[in-house]
Amino acid sequence: MKQSIWGKILILIGAVVGALLVGALLLLIAGANPLVAYRAMLIGPLSSRYGITEALVKATPLLLVGLGIVIAFRSGILNIGGEGQMVIGALAGSACALALPDLPGILLLPMTLLSSFLAGAVWGGIPGWLKARLSVNEILSTIMLNSIALQLVTFMLRGPLIDPQEIAYGTGFPQTAQLPEQSWLPRLIPRTRLHWGFVVALLLAGLVYVFLWRTSLGYRMRAVGAQKEAARYGGIQVENSLVLAMALSGGFAGLAGMVEVLGIHHRLLDGISAGYGFSGIVAALFGQLHPLGTIPAAILFGALTLGADMMQRAVEVPAAIVLTIQGLVVLFVVGSDVLMRRPDFLKRLLGKRMMPIPEETSQEEVPS
Amino acid sequence: MDQREFANRRIQHMEMCDITKQFPGVLANNQVCIDVRAGEVLALLGENGAGKSTLMKILYGLYRPDAGEIRINDQTVPLHSPNDAIAQGIGMVHQHFMLVPTLTVVENIVLGLPSSKGIFLDLDVAAKRITELSQKYGLQVDPWAYVWQLSVGEQQRVEILKVLYRGADLLILDEPTAVLTPQEVDELIPTLEEMTRMGHSIIFITHKLREVMAISNKVTVLRNGQVIDTLATADTNQEALARMMVGRELLKEYDKAQVTLGETVLEVKSLCAKDDKGLPALKKVTFEVRAGEILGVAGVSGNGQRELADVIAGLQQATSGQVIIAGKDVTNKLPAYVIDAGMGYIPEDRLHTGTIPSFSISENVILKDNARPPIARGPFLDFEEIARYSKRLVQEFAVKTPTLETQVGNLSGGNIQKLILAREISREPAFLLAAQPTRGLDVGAMEYVHQRLLEQRAAGKGILLVSEELDEIFKLADRIAVIYEGQIMDILSIDQADREHLGLLMAGVTQAAD
Ligand SMILES: Nc1ncnc2c1ncn2[C@@H]1O[C@H](COP(=O)(O)OP(=O)(O)OP(=O)(O)O)[C@@H](O)[C@H]1O
Ligand SMILES: [Mg+2]
Repeated sequence: MKQSIWGKILILIGAVVGALLVGALLLLIAGANPLVAYRAMLIGPLSSRYGITEALVKATPLLLVGLGIVIAFRSGILNIGGEGQMVIGALAGSACALALPDLPGILLLPMTLLSSFLAGAVWGGIPGWLKARLSVNEILSTIMLNSIALQLVTFMLRGPLIDPQEIAYGTGFPQTAQLPEQSWLPRLIPRTRLHWGFVVALLLAGLVYVFLWRTSLGYRMRAVGAQKEAARYGGIQVENSLVLAMALSGGFAGLAGMVEVLGIHHRLLDGISAGYGFSGIVAALFGQLHPLGTIPAAILFGALTLGADMMQRAVEVPAAIVLTIQGLVVLFVVGSDVLMRRPDFLKRLLGKRMMPIPEETSQEEVPS
Repeated sequence: MDQREFANRRIQHMEMCDITKQFPGVLANNQVCIDVRAGEVLALLGENGAGKSTLMKILYGLYRPDAGEIRINDQTVPLHSPNDAIAQGIGMVHQHFMLVPTLTVVENIVLGLPSSKGIFLDLDVAAKRITELSQKYGLQVDPWAYVWQLSVGEQQRVEILKVLYRGADLLILDEPTAVLTPQEVDELIPTLEEMTRMGHSIIFITHKLREVMAISNKVTVLRNGQVIDTLATADTNQEALARMMVGRELLKEYDKAQVTLGETVLEVKSLCAKDDKGLPALKKVTFEVRAGEILGVAGVSGNGQRELADVIAGLQQATSGQVIIAGKDVTNKLPAYVIDAGMGYIPEDRLHTGTIPSFSISENVILKDNARPPIARGPFLDFEEIARYSKRLVQEFAVKTPTLETQVGNLSGGNIQKLILAREISREPAFLLAAQPTRGLDVGAMEYVHQRLLEQRAAGKGILLVSEELDEIFKLADRIAVIYEGQIMDILSIDQADREHLGLLMAGVTQAAD
């Protein structure tokens, strides 16, 4: 059943190398030197304090979104709505902070975070409810709600919530005023952008683990995710569990959005979700849908994202190529999952024995 | 014609020699040798968890053995995947059907095969061949029917046709009769005989000794992963085989304690319900079960038994009528409410309803009690208590497993059933519903389950036993209710009932009282 950890790491490294080889072709076509490009991409994030802290900055929202994804997927429902939930959370949190500028930070910070969590939870809970009561496909409804959320935020940023200064100067840039300073998440390391949000995310990862594996409620949610009929038979209310799972999942995404605001931008602006709502899914899957596994996965993808930026600057290739290489890495890495679960597949692929044959693993396999 | 076909079979002799297979904590096969020749039926017999399915999965290329070899016509053949096995002429029908319900029979059969028309399907040609095959072997089925329209017995035929269509000379049938009605079993036997006449070899797994005697030429008995003996069927009998399998004598008769009946624990009044297709499945069903008795529900499967059990358990809605458990009206209440009212339920589908296969034993043990002390302390699970409780259940009910953390999906069928029984009985329900509780169990395990149910009866629990096996009902029940097309035909006390009369009732024939 358990494959050696080294086998897994080997497969992972193989997957990344494979992706980079294909990417190298693209770089060559674009007239760039792949070696220079990859040095910037792989060594860049690791070689300086700036690189390391920036990677963690990017890992923070990935981890928070990823935790929500872990909860949803483990409970048997797919949440593709992280983007929308993030911006709705950020919107509610920012509104809360702007509305209460005189509150001391010790109250204001938790309140903003809480309101972002709740707003995200409502935004995630809606598709959960639709699925549980009306069997509406959650993939459709979450994606639709993404569009609605993005439009809503755009409207708020151009209208009701726009920075009064932008109007005064006549620039009209769609962003809110700066949030009261006492609500900001303090910097973790001075002169870097790394903030306490990262620590909060780490703590929450531990909390999600405890919730899913150590509490009755978490057990019930996992039971629904693993086998709905059996859960129902056992007296678990499947519908409630689905709604709760989506609400929690959305809550974490909402929190991710607000942590970005309070830790980095200090105001709400367009594009705050920056695709984290989707890449968080990849981080969670890559972390084997385990809250603690999602930590290294989020950091890895944070570093990859940063590395891609650095590569782009180093060899000046079009951004599209950088995105493609990133996509390739994700594709290969996620695809390597098949090999982790069914190593005989690789063996057949290569036609010879490369690693010890593991015991049969696929979950569908049932002895008669 | 037969002679030539017989001689043309690619597999004249198949041997598995010294096969050993170790799973974490279990030696599933220990130097096992079996062999079968063209035209022979080899029955594999053994307790639950003896390693029969594992051995067959090795032969079919699904598992790799740790040691040993497989020889066909005295040549060692490597079998690394089902494709290798199929190429050698080996085919397998799994116990759980692997058909796609929304496709037709012919689509299911050609699924995954290359077509003579390139990327286009040649369904007409395929359908013709299927019709030929089904005529040749007596496997009647309409190639253009959708699989969801077929009965379980017909689906079984499709599975066998699928294997024959791929040109299998050696057929592995893993418990093909476990899901069949006795009539369907009677229809399968001539088909198998026809196949052996054509030179196919068959390996047949079953727990029913009657079938072993009727179908096989020789028997190999496995116990704890080892071959106990291989003998010609003609030289043995059911009692000897049973003794060999479980290593002890089986009880001929059960002691049924004298129990004075207590209050009514289950009352079903004019219950009506629909099936998944929206047709009436239960029609004004009325009966009661009292503490200290076993009421058997006899009937050919598919006559409303499943709906009856699910409606009582709150898993399906009743359209009218009433269900009362231990004095509480539970009609159309949530399953949790029904459980709390005092119902224990051993469901028919043990793998998908009764357990969560990807969860560990301990996690499955707490399925119904995860929020109750002492399993839960506040919102948290108490893992020490869970380990203690699971260990007690596993020991008390003799569940064979390497650890408490083993995934239930990896247990053998009999052990999964024991685990469900352990969980449901240990919760001490006032009323216990047991649906097909011994389906797929070996004779030893079956006796064990029966003893446990009788113990519960003696302890003053009321039991509703839904079973297709008349033998089982006669051994255990105090009264028998016969169900036919969703109606209770009659309720007889056990000493009034005779098999012939029951058989007629089960077929829907009501006689004038004689
Ligand atoms: N994939 C697996 N991983 C771990 N253990 C397994 C696996 N498959 C089977 N086992 C174990 O190997 C032993 C033999 O199982 P097998 O399914 O071959 O029994 P069986 O004889 O077919 O029993 P049954 O009559 O109940 O179907 C059992 O103890 C089972 O728990
Ligand atoms: Mg088996």
